[in-house]
Amino acid sequence: METKRTWIRSVTGAAVVAALTSMAWAQQAPVKIGVLATLEGPFAAGGADGMRGAELAIRERGGVVAGRKIEMIKASSNANPDVAVNAVRKLVEQDKVDIVVGPLSGGEGIAVKDYSKTQPNMTFINGGSGAQATTLVNPSTNFFRFNTEGAQWMVGLGQAAINKGYKRVMVIAEDYAFPYSQVQGFMTEFCKLGGRVPVKAWVPLGGKDYSSVIARIPKDVDALLVVLGGADAVNFLNQYEASGGDKPMMGGSITVSQDVLNYRGKRRDSLVGTISAGPYADSFDGADWKAFVSAYQKSFPVSSGGYPSPSLFALVYYTNMKAALDALDAVKGDLAGGQAKYRDALSKLELKMPTGTVRLDSNRQAIGTTFVTEVVKDAQGALTTRVLRKVDNVDQMLGLKKEEFQIGSRDIPNCP
Amino acid sequence: MSASRWRRAMQGGFQQPALQLPARSQPAGSSPASAGGVETDPYAESNAPRWLKFLWRHLSARHVLIFLFLLAYPFVATPFFTFQVAAQSLVLGLIALSLTFLGGYGGIVSLAQMSVAGVAGYSIAIFGVSSTPISLGWPWWVAVLVALFIACACATVVGWLSVRTEGIYTIMITLAFGVAFYYLVLQNYSLFNGFQGFQKVYPPDVFGLNWREPVPFYFLTLFWAMAGYLAVKWLVRTPFGIALQGVRDNPRRMEALGFNIVAHRVAAYAFGGLLAAIGGVLLVWYNGLITPGSINVGWQINILVIAVLGGMRHPIGAFLGSIVFVLLQTFAIDLIDRERFNLVIGIVFLAIVLFSTDGLLGLWDKLRTRMRHQTSDSVASTQRH
Repeated sequence: METKRTWIRSVTGAAVVAALTSMAWAQQAPVKIGVLATLEGPFAAGGADGMRGAELAIRERGGVVAGRKIEMIKASSNANPDVAVNAVRKLVEQDKVDIVVGPLSGGEGIAVKDYSKTQPNMTFINGGSGAQATTLVNPSTNFFRFNTEGAQWMVGLGQAAINKGYKRVMVIAEDYAFPYSQVQGFMTEFCKLGGRVPVKAWVPLGGKDYSSVIARIPKDVDALLVVLGGADAVNFLNQYEASGGDKPMMGGSITVSQDVLNYRGKRRDSLVGTISAGPYADSFDGADWKAFVSAYQKSFPVSSGGYPSPSLFALVYYTNMKAALDALDAVKGDLAGGQAKYRDALSKLELKMPTGTVRLDSNRQAIGTTFVTEVVKDAQGALTTRVLRKVDNVDQMLGLKKEEFQIGSRDIPNCP
Repeated sequence: MSASRWRRAMQGGFQQPALQLPARSQPAGSSPASAGGVETDPYAESNAPRWLKFLWRHLSARHVLIFLFLLAYPFVATPFFTFQVAAQSLVLGLIALSLTFLGGYGGIVSLAQMSVAGVAGYSIAIFGVSSTPISLGWPWWVAVLVALFIACACATVVGWLSVRTEGIYTIMITLAFGVAFYYLVLQNYSLFNGFQGFQKVYPPDVFGLNWREPVPFYFLTLFWAMAGYLAVKWLVRTPFGIALQGVRDNPRRMEALGFNIVAHRVAAYAFGGLLAAIGGVLLVWYNGLITPGSINVGWQINILVIAVLGGMRHPIGAFLGSIVFVLLQTFAIDLIDRERFNLVIGIVFLAIVLFSTDGLLGLWDKLRTRMRHQTSDSVASTQRH
């Protein structure tokens, strides 16, 4: 009796397995796309929104590209490059994804770019990382970046600062590659127009105490350029207010993102009038942008953890995921032959973005649009940004010649 | 000699415990075990060379089987399992082994072991080759030797400064060293290159092999992990190791007997430092980079977690712990909602520590005792209790 039952069970089981396999063969195999973002650590909130951006690009296509189902496999890091490489290696070698989209932060980007050289038959598309060196120093032929990077994001802010009457500016920024780029993007223009930066204060990432930096702010500067991200910026705002600071501020691209605008502290109101620059603006009134924002709001309502309006990380992950899918569409889902055709399509892609058209330069780095914005209060009392200026076709050289261009660092550029 | 047996020997009067061991100073004829009456040496009468007798005495079928499995593993497993799971486990296990040695045999819980590994890692990045201009580009073997030396020296200094503390104070002071080193490398740019650290620190090409390929790197780590494991096994049976365990169990008595407690503990730190330093060099080669994030407080605690998870009673515990740790770190994200995978890791750790006083080794012991109960309701098992 017992053996008979077992036998019946195994026959049924085998039949089910056979049916499922044949069904799977009937359709084309799904495209596996691995997405890496920081779901832990200092950028956890940004990483989660990046994931939403990537998901949005997939949902827009109904989860299907060129007749193939899209399977998104998430991976997490904590903004440490070694963790990011471990996570990407798992995506590539264990989960066998076809394409990797990620990572989020600058150091991770360089490490993943280095790893991409060991997997020449795979295609890696950046997520949100914005270190200049990723595509300028030893670029990898299979690493693509459709978002503009940190220095490009600040183009136009130098002019805006001069227009506001700021002549001397102190820089307060986190001490790693991405803020160096941001500061370079600002200073290259600002110094050329006659501005001066007497002091640069580099603070450790994730630092909690800014009192020593606040004590170093000279009396004669006109404004502060604060390039801090997420929780750090909120910490700085609290402490600067508590110490009675009253200098006007300018923000880096991730300083005045939704993370900070949604902040409910006392310093909130003094943020009004802050200028900053970045690859997008909440209040940009292009029709495509509005459609993008409402799609985001519909897919990820505030009640389920989304922001009132997509953050920078949602946008850059959306951008890169959309590029990955558009190019897949262009080659009709054909990834055979070490994905060579696919990479060719990526290089030639003219990406229609809600903010404008993006194309790639010879290092596979985006040439795109930058917005200069100012923080204002809307009718409901919520903080939002107003577009002062839209700068198109910003490339990685920041308007310098290739020979005179140097990657930004603590001391480059310099105009005390 | 296991720790528990040693403890029993200590409690049952001081019966010349060193005599129970195959100490090297023993004349070949007299069986060391006869004095203690605990171990009998069946090979004492044969004329085989001493090292062969040593092997006979200590090797059993399971050792050979495990060794063969370890040798065959990379040829069966995928490159991913060879490199990211196995090699990473061996490297982290080696660093945790230094803590198992200090904690299990010296009674010293040091949280600075990851920092010692980090000193070695940073040294090899600074003296060797990387993509950062700070690196001096010395030949790899000079850089490795210098790195090991500096890390050992640092471990000795840490030991020297924290040797007079006990228990929780040792934990605090070594934690302080670790955190201080973390902030030093994070904020110093001229030597440690700050937040960005060093990229492209790869193992050298020796004998025409790229040692970062999964299989060669696996065997490199396997060699050093086994060397570390056997070194600990050997060291704890030497007079020094026995004295160290004596210092762990009853420092006052050992002092009264004329042993220099401080010297023994500092020497233990130095040896533990060497293990951690080798692990540190391998870890940098594994990651191909080192940044402050590789040695932050999280990692200091992770090494403690690995050691406790595996069990501190025997050096193999460090490697068991690291295997479980790496498997969880790698695959927990597949088990549950991707935003919540750290929960799985935490719950598993909690469960293991909750149900066993000595990590996985303790669980294994419990299991074995229960099996013995089931198979034979015998006298043997009751005698054990």
